[in-house]
Amino acid sequence: MHNANYHAAHTTADAASLLASAEDGVLLAGGQTLLPTMKARLAAPSDLVDISRAEELRGISIADGAVTIGAMTTHSEVASNSDLQTAFPALCSLAGRIGDPAVRHRGTIGGSLANNDPAACYPAAVLATGATISTNTRDIAADDYFQGMFTTALKEGEIITSVTLPIPQAAHYQKFAQPASRFALVGVFVAKYADGVRVAVTGASEDGVHRWTEAEVALSDSFAAEAVADLAVSADGLISDLHGDGAYRANLVKVLTGRAVTAAG
Amino acid sequence: MSEIKMTVNGKPVRGDVKDNTLLVEFIREHLRLTGTHVGCDTSQCGACVVHVNGKAIKSCTMLAASADGAEVTTIEGVANGDLHPMQKAFNDNHGLQCGFCTPGMIMSGIDMVQRYKSAGKTLDEAAIRHELEGNICRCTGYHNIVKSIAQAAGEM
Ligand code: FES
Ligand code: FES
Repeated sequence: MHNANYHAAHTTADAASLLASAEDGVLLAGGQTLLPTMKARLAAPSDLVDISRAEELRGISIADGAVTIGAMTTHSEVASNSDLQTAFPALCSLAGRIGDPAVRHRGTIGGSLANNDPAACYPAAVLATGATISTNTRDIAADDYFQGMFTTALKEGEIITSVTLPIPQAAHYQKFAQPASRFALVGVFVAKYADGVRVAVTGASEDGVHRWTEAEVALSDSFAAEAVADLAVSADGLISDLHGDGAYRANLVKVLTGRAVTAAG
Repeated sequence: MSEIKMTVNGKPVRGDVKDNTLLVEFIREHLRLTGTHVGCDTSQCGACVVHVNGKAIKSCTMLAASADGAEVTTIEGVANGDLHPMQKAFNDNHGLQCGFCTPGMIMSGIDMVQRYKSAGKTLDEAAIRHELEGNICRCTGYHNIVKSIAQAAGEM
């Protein structure tokens, strides 16, 4: 694997100053994407700033109808948190289906959001709940944060510290997993709030995670699978690859949205 | 180069490693504990699974430096005089053929049994198969691996 200088940062402030003094440094969170990317020589940073042991970046707290999750909280910690299983089971279920058990012991929510893989699961939950991404310098609304495949509003050297997701009245995440990679071929997160329904789709679009606004309008009117049955999803701009073409993914978006609504109840 | 220290199978170890050294390289090449295998090096196969601070992880996808200060258990550390119940169950049920995947299967198996036990959940056959998503075996067809883990789950 490509060599890089390793630094362990135990606080966000340390991580920020280590990043600032590195020539071409990147944060190392759980490393479940970054290390394979470096092995494949698709990334060659000069320095790695390991924040996986920064205690202030871990933890799950529920208050005022929202859950705040520290950026270095692992998928397995989210999946197995008993308070969250009661308050927001759809999020635990999503986290418990990312990768495999060993990957979930290392991979983090902050790492997933910073990477913004177009087929990652967490971006769908964060966008569908209208969450707020907090960094060491500011708060960013999910609607402004995701800016296309592997692209986010994060600036050079900015560090995600936590994400706060408003807890929906009902929610469900439907994932049609690509069986070899365990990424979502298409994933749909539906979240129902007193003031309306939000629907976010991952895995489908060449622009990464996005909202399906026609479905949001229809479901806000009537929260039932039939409400989306007659909507048309265009295959334009959808990912086409050997696992499924754009038309196939377009159909999955609709089918999975209906199933998510039924399961959310 | 970084100096790293950790506890491996109960013994303190140290090493001076290049910063890009993977945990599995440190375990196999520096400590010469070659029971942990590398099947893919791309986080797919699970042959490299070890426990870090009590949790199963893929040691091909973690830097040795990230495990500085950690407690690591490898396949060499699970038996305690007698075979571990998970090892014995693989033996009893013919849960291996070539044996290449077996260290990772056993480390993942122990981890899943412990997790399900502490959460008070039942580890039935469907759960075992789901939990083995990140462990690939090219020989057995999984059937006897699932049987082995189910037997050990009753004994651990
Ligand atoms: S060698 Fe680590 S998962 Fe295959
Ligand atoms: S026993 Fe040969 S790979 Fe599993």
